[in-house]
Amino acid sequence: MSEPIKTDVLIIGAGPCGLFAVFELGLLDMKAHLVDILDKIGGQCAELYPEKPIYDIPGIPFVTGDGLTKALLEQIKPFGPTFHLQDMVTTIEKIGDPLFRVATEQGKVFETKVVVVAAGGGSFQPKRPPIPGVEAYEEKSVFYAVRQMEKFRGKRVLIVGGGDSALDWTLNLAPIASHLTLLHRRQDFRAAPDSVNKMMALVAEGKIDFVLGQVTELQGKDGQVACAIVRRNDNSVFNIACDAILPFFGLTMKLGPVANWGLSLKDDLIEVETASFETSVPGIFAIGDINTYPGKLKLILCGFHEGALMAQKAHRYVYPDKKLTFQYTTSSTSLQKKLGVA
Amino acid sequence: MPKIIFIDSGNTSRTVDAEVGSTVMENAIRNSIPGIEAECGGACACATCHVYVDEAWLEKTGGPSPMEEDMLDFGFDVRPNSRLSCQIKVTEELDGLVVRTPERQA
Ligand SMILES: Cc1cc2nc3c(=O)[nH]c(=O)nc-3n(C[C@H](O)[C@H](O)[C@H](O)COP(=O)(O)OP(=O)(O)OC[C@H]3O[C@@H](n4cnc5c(N)ncnc54)[C@H](O)[C@@H]3O)c2cc1C
Ligand code: FES
Repeated sequence: MSEPIKTDVLIIGAGPCGLFAVFELGLLDMKAHLVDILDKIGGQCAELYPEKPIYDIPGIPFVTGDGLTKALLEQIKPFGPTFHLQDMVTTIEKIGDPLFRVATEQGKVFETKVVVVAAGGGSFQPKRPPIPGVEAYEEKSVFYAVRQMEKFRGKRVLIVGGGDSALDWTLNLAPIASHLTLLHRRQDFRAAPDSVNKMMALVAEGKIDFVLGQVTELQGKDGQVACAIVRRNDNSVFNIACDAILPFFGLTMKLGPVANWGLSLKDDLIEVETASFETSVPGIFAIGDINTYPGKLKLILCGFHEGALMAQKAHRYVYPDKKLTFQYTTSSTSLQKKLGVA
Repeated sequence: MPKIIFIDSGNTSRTVDAEVGSTVMENAIRNSIPGIEAECGGACACATCHVYVDEAWLEKTGGPSPMEEDMLDFGFDVRPNSRLSCQIKVTEELDGLVVRTPERQA
């Protein structure tokens, strides 16, 4: 096991609510690390609607998902949060009073006094194609992510999709696979034009195949695919023999490991009390879209409010002997020092 | 008010009243139509509101916009009559529209 990373607070989820929590915690001298499964910061704002407008952030008549993320990052900069992206928190274990050991899929371990679950609609995970029986092949010969390229050396690889992930992995795996086929439903791609051009060049050189169609069925044994049955757009059917299939159909939100942390849930949401947004486990808080309480609204502004109240209670766990005095950022020199403006 | 008829993968049909100007997806969600998830709330960013427009209605609904066509790449079993239901606006002309929902979106 790797050396644990020690922190005051571990925030699970770098969506808008996780980000603003860094600010409220920072004002009260608590340091935070954030873990997010996405490869970028901003949660739904970054993944689902970076260019769409938001009109109901108090005091900001108009901002895009991307704009809000950037502004929040600027706002929390003085507090130097550490981000761990492309990693998923899998387990939380109580090891003290309160002290938690939190582990991630990539093998990172944190020791933290407080956990803030800001997991939104759950973790973004790859969409699984509704091909009958696909489950039996998953993680054996059907993969939704590439963790080790070497795994595909000398294999006949079938990549399915037309977005950036499909194209990037086509380019990366072409020299490693013994044979690579890219399967997509149409001639056009939503991926970066540069990647598309590079892919087309490989096709022209005869290094890879590009085929039009959609997978309807898999054949194989004991989790090992032998071939994919593919339907062309004119409904004719043919086979592609392959050892591994990588379908890339974007992401979907799934509750994921949140369900296994021993927190009281209601309709797949974490129940909290509304004085501090603490969960059924003292020291673990839940803010933003992931929590539920009477009157809850899934709005960013509500998540911001929840973060502010959470920080007050979190302070008691991190600094049990210190008393909090209420201060304004406008007039408190001590707060302004923390913000680097005094 | 225009009516929309949703037929699910098991061939059960459900008819709902739809306000002019709303989207087909919004009516599906409001009426808890199975097979429509609409995770992104209509932002044309998730493709979990994928439907098949009945052939007889294709001319009236028209085809997908380029942005929608791009997003359909993230849908499964996409066919020539595939649309994202959040991108179909209800009009008086669409009274009686028939759309089929897939077995599962993701
Ligand atoms: C199209 C659309 C438009 C919207 N418009 C508005 C609007 O106008 N105004 C408004 O107030 N709200 C709007 N919302 C809602 C708003 O985006 C959400 O309320 C907000 O994103 C919630 O923030 P969050 O930080 O709680 O969670 P999210 O933004 O969902 O972020 C949660 C993050 O946690 C990560 N995560 C989850 N589990 C784990 C785990 N186990 N390990 C690691 N990471 C994990 C996820 O990958 C995700 O990145 C809109 C939403 C959508 C989809
Ligand atoms: S609701 Fe997400 S694309 Fe239609």
